[in-house]
Amino acid sequence: MTTTSARRLFWWIVIGVPLAAFAVWALDDNAKQFCSTLLNGITLAALYFLVASGFTLIFGLMRNVNLAHGSLYLFGAYMGWIVGDATDNWFLAVGVGFASSALVGLLLQVSIFRFMQGQELRQTLVTIGISIVLADLMLWWFGGEIYSFDPPRAIYKSIPLLVIPKYPTYRVVVLGIAIVIGFLLWWFLNRTRVGMMIRAGVDDRGMLAASGVNVQRVFAITFAIGAGLAGFAGVIGGSALSISPGEDTRYLLASLVVVIVGGMGSIPGAAIGALLIGLAEQFGLSYAPTYGIVFTFLIMVLVLAFRPNGILGRRTA
Amino acid sequence: MSAAEWRRAMNTGAGRRAWSRIPGGPEAGGAPPSSATVAMVAAPGIEARIGALLGHIRLRHVLVLAAVLVYPWVVNSFFAFQIGGQAMALGLIALSLTFLGGYGGMVSLAQMTVAGVASYMVAIFGVAGAAQGGASSLGWPWEIAVVIAVLVATIFATLVGWLSVRTEGIYTIMITLAIGVSFYYLAQQNYSIFGGHEGFNQVYAPTVLGINFRDPIPFYYLALFWALAGYFFVKYLLRSPFGIALQGVRENPRRMNALGFHVTAHRVFAYSVGGVLAAIGGVLMVWYNNRVSPGSASTEMMLNILIIAVMGGMKHPIGAFIGAIVFVLVQNFAIDIIARERFNLVIGGVFLLIVLFSPDGLLGLWAYFRDRFLSGGIQSKFKSAEGG
Amino acid sequence: MLRRKVGLLGTAVGVAMLAVGTAQAQDTIKIGALTNLEGPFAVPGQDGHRGVDMAVKLHNGMAGGKKIQILKYSSDATPDKAVAATRKAVEQDKVDIMIGPLSGDEGIAVKNYSKTHPEMVFVNGSSGAQATTLQDPSPNFYRFNTEGAQWMVGLGELALSKGYKRMWLVAEDYGFPYSQVQGFMASYCAMGGHVVKKAWVPLGTKDYSSIIAGIPSDVDALVVVLGGSDAVNFLNQAEQAGIDKPFVGGSITVDQTVLNYKGKKRESLLGTASAGPMADGIDTPAWKKFVADYKAQFPDGFPSPSLFAYLYYINTQAVLLGLDAVNGDLSDKQSKLKAALAKLEFDGPAGHIKLDENRNAIGSTYITEVAKAADGSFYNKVVKEVPNVSETLGLSKADFDKMGLGNRDVPNCP
Repeated sequence: MTTTSARRLFWWIVIGVPLAAFAVWALDDNAKQFCSTLLNGITLAALYFLVASGFTLIFGLMRNVNLAHGSLYLFGAYMGWIVGDATDNWFLAVGVGFASSALVGLLLQVSIFRFMQGQELRQTLVTIGISIVLADLMLWWFGGEIYSFDPPRAIYKSIPLLVIPKYPTYRVVVLGIAIVIGFLLWWFLNRTRVGMMIRAGVDDRGMLAASGVNVQRVFAITFAIGAGLAGFAGVIGGSALSISPGEDTRYLLASLVVVIVGGMGSIPGAAIGALLIGLAEQFGLSYAPTYGIVFTFLIMVLVLAFRPNGILGRRTA
Repeated sequence: MSAAEWRRAMNTGAGRRAWSRIPGGPEAGGAPPSSATVAMVAAPGIEARIGALLGHIRLRHVLVLAAVLVYPWVVNSFFAFQIGGQAMALGLIALSLTFLGGYGGMVSLAQMTVAGVASYMVAIFGVAGAAQGGASSLGWPWEIAVVIAVLVATIFATLVGWLSVRTEGIYTIMITLAIGVSFYYLAQQNYSIFGGHEGFNQVYAPTVLGINFRDPIPFYYLALFWALAGYFFVKYLLRSPFGIALQGVRENPRRMNALGFHVTAHRVFAYSVGGVLAAIGGVLMVWYNNRVSPGSASTEMMLNILIIAVMGGMKHPIGAFIGAIVFVLVQNFAIDIIARERFNLVIGGVFLLIVLFSPDGLLGLWAYFRDRFLSGGIQSKFKSAEGG
Repeated sequence: MLRRKVGLLGTAVGVAMLAVGTAQAQDTIKIGALTNLEGPFAVPGQDGHRGVDMAVKLHNGMAGGKKIQILKYSSDATPDKAVAATRKAVEQDKVDIMIGPLSGDEGIAVKNYSKTHPEMVFVNGSSGAQATTLQDPSPNFYRFNTEGAQWMVGLGELALSKGYKRMWLVAEDYGFPYSQVQGFMASYCAMGGHVVKKAWVPLGTKDYSSIIAGIPSDVDALVVVLGGSDAVNFLNQAEQAGIDKPFVGGSITVDQTVLNYKGKKRESLLGTASAGPMADGIDTPAWKKFVADYKAQFPDGFPSPSLFAYLYYINTQAVLLGLDAVNGDLSDKQSKLKAALAKLEFDGPAGHIKLDENRNAIGSTYITEVAKAADGSFYNKVVKEVPNVSETLGLSKADFDKMGLGNRDVPNCP
């Protein structure tokens, strides 16, 4: 017991002291830049959480490493853009983003993955194939052009925040959305019947099936929600940044790293992973621009080396 | 993990007893497993081994060997170099994935990254042209550069293995993908060592004894030599105690652990072996392209290696090369048959169809038709997706 | 086409391929055209092919008394694919002349490949890396377009004349932006301007908010050398973060794809200065005819020809003019054509073009400002034409060599 707490203290000091020293130096050097970077990191983490939560939800229950998750992000964004452009209603675009990707996810689960139960590797290979085909189809239809959304003016301006005179409102909105979605997921998984079934399935799939639950339906619902979250994040993220080919790989990679760091299959883990990665990326970009991306992967390697199953991951058989 | 510990793990009495009881790998070359097992157990002299090897040679082996040897003389330089040479080099990298995935049960997407590391090392330690970003190579003789390249890449592969085998099997694909992409970004961002986005140009194959390996036919034979060497090495290794234990680990790690095998050591060592194969493939690739840049180890290239291995079939080492030949042909001639810009759709679609309907790739398809039309009845092995 | 299909089948069954390389009737000249039909530049690459087709059509499909046959090839902006496609064209399909590729790193790789086939002529497509012709040039690789650094010459003077004495710079971290930044800074620094800080960001960076947070408050204007979606994202986020300083853009920062992307227009971009080898608003009969021809021939193309269509057009035009000059004579390793191309001078749609001793173009650069057309769309209005821009950026060869090629730290004037 004492050795564990001593070790913990050791790691807190090893990691915490340099970070604290950096924070003090950066605040003194340029408080505005530091606060702005901190906020940017947190708001980027919010976006990463939105994407990664769907990925980890699907993985947690079905052991399906859905490498087409990034394609679902891009697909939802494009669908949302079409509707948003036609109706001038951004909220409708967000809804369509969720619904279209959820539908594709549902179709995939019902028509393909249902017949590959337990063949985890084969499912993963299928998702790779789907991602290649989807990416090329989308490039065919939408071309290499840049698409951007037109959210309501009220959330698309800037407000004063902390020491920053003008901070983009929309980024704060994304943070709010992520918190709401996180809470909704918690409520859904812990307070609803389907949610409890999903949690039971995560713990012991065989037992859940044995107790008379229609596992296939639970799987289909989970896959639809997970995929829908990707499409939802597509519109939210596409409004913060923009939509173009290649975004699928970017967000797939972000989800992978977030989930590997946070712990596979764990929603709180996704939140912690997203926060770490988002902060690392923004501080890297701001203070060491050329190596920003490398920091991210350094974190991943370190976590894997010391906690192979991620920060909140559990060992599963 | 010390070397001694590893040797002990490999040589425990339990281990010896265990592998003799485990049947040979899935239809390795169509030869009965028992003969190989007997050959091993008897610890025979070299003549007996050669005799056993010669006994396995069939007419089709001779025909294939003769065909690949004559090939560059009957085709033009494009077919010798860009089709033949490239297919052999890519096939060798895919072979390392077949070895890891098909026999070790670990599908690593980072094999192209290992090859990329080797390519970079050849450029960094050997001779390369000047780069705008300011990176410069050391200009050492190519022999030294190649040895360092294979060494460094193998160490890198071992580290990748060490990081990824600590978790459950299904995570491997995620972790190796993430490691591969991180190497891509590292190479792209680092100018002082990796030359950034531009990488290294003018990395040429050497001239040895008056033979310029930049020329199509010499390069083809060089690639063919290493492809054959890799192929026979893997076939040999799969019959060795290590190879059989590795397949045991794939089937049931817990039981192998209970039998006294060091499961992690076997897996990590498999990554090292795969690393050597991929590293040689990487050296060939840098000489083939005459250059290396982050794009040489991009996500797309990583997936291409997976497509090649899966398309050919991961149940036999020859699958990697069959997959590579088909892939290279489609890649080069898609523009004449269908529109080039939809190449990804075609190759992705083929890949999808194969994983959906023929998990054992083209080899599986062939086995299916052979069983169906030549001897009747569909064998159950076609149905099995991952050998377990 | 048929012959190549037969070739493929032949290989599949292991039959000898001797038939493929047989001599063909010498009344057609085969030209391979390599652009990108896949990858990030798939859309501009298609416009590059339009440029080639247009040049051939306006030349009546003939040059030097022979019929011109164009074979199309594609890469995905990676040098490996570019060389693979070029090798197929040269060694398998036996083209006589090769045009391409599209992007800078591809250009360097194809230039190196061209040395292994000294018997034939390689002409650039639209690639604009300095190193292609300044480092270790190939004797049979010709570039009739100016490159990335030349495209920015004269913009530094304009920035100073607007009173931008201290500037902050953001650019992507690879060869093309290095060249562009050098083209801008070489004269800007020499005339007393200061670039106080350079932010080199990875290609494909989406989230610029922390970069923007680091913009010092005491600069007069920003230099933004980003392309495509990177530019859109930066400009959007800068506006959201309340940055109200004027911009100076690179050649592809405020082009048609960025100005008129799918989404709402950015009024704040009006007046943004940039420079390039062409501009939508060039007011000469030659350019207007070029645009009219493009629109007539490609109703499904862009509203006006893109940079890539223009660059491929002038390179193809140069090849056809060269063939005319030698009456289609490709004998003796194309030596007559090589000599003719080296001394070729002609008036393209956007100014006079000739080659220097490294076979790189000396041509015009157009300084532009973003303006609003009558129909509400944005375009680049020409402010000034700078003729005869050389690859040494107007410096003497010795002075230029002293500075070296542009990179992260060259030039520098904080």
